[in-house]
Amino acid sequence: MEAEFLAITLVLVYVGAVMVLFLFVVMMLDINIARLREGFIHYLPVGIFVAVAMAVMIISVVGASHFGLDKWAEPARHAADYNNTRELGMVLYTKYVYPFEIAAVILLVAIVAAIALTLRRRPTTKYQKPEDQIAVKREDRIRIVTMNSEKKK
Amino acid sequence: MIALSDFLILGAILFSLSVAGIFLNRKNVIILLMAIELMLLAVNMNFIAFSHYLSDTAGQVFVFFILTVAAAEAAIGLAILVVLFRTKRTINVDDLDSLKG
Repeated sequence: MEAEFLAITLVLVYVGAVMVLFLFVVMMLDINIARLREGFIHYLPVGIFVAVAMAVMIISVVGASHFGLDKWAEPARHAADYNNTRELGMVLYTKYVYPFEIAAVILLVAIVAAIALTLRRRPTTKYQKPEDQIAVKREDRIRIVTMNSEKKK
Repeated sequence: MIALSDFLILGAILFSLSVAGIFLNRKNVIILLMAIELMLLAVNMNFIAFSHYLSDTAGQVFVFFILTVAAAEAAIGLAILVVLFRTKRTINVDDLDSLKG
């Protein structure tokens, strides 16, 4: 479909980010698989029925009778020097620059939210307190002891 | 020659598979999240197909934004899942009934 940029972007994002994220979580949580599996057979007929019914309904709408080649002819191929990435960038950074920045903010919010949710302070861990270190006074550290001089025997 | 309907049927089959995944896995939240990702992917398929057959790049730009939102959703969903597992020691949907009346 001459959409090379999205082809490689989808593969990179799903393999590089989403799959690794899922793998981390699956490894991190020790889940009792046997308990999660029960009820699979019970729901199997219902699931298959719903999936097949939904597929048949959608296909009857989007099938060849409405979106076939005779209704939607394939557009002419682009020239050999056509660059899909360049075309996408030309509209992404001009016409869609505001949605693009909103998307960037959404990603930032996602990073901050994910870190804020999973960050936890262990009560047993020891931390430095710089404000206490700076505010320390001479009297806190030094004690002057007055005593009489001693004579060695 | 590949017709537009072929891409749309592929998207429909992907979507139905993810619906089946949601119906079959009422226990594991991780697989529910994966099924939602697959749904978004099926929608992306339709967007790119229509973008090609209409010769309009707006559809591909929209796929880019859907991808962004899907990645953010996966990150936040998994973070919530980790916090949930720490407090309740389970991700079984049937056990998450604290609000049940």
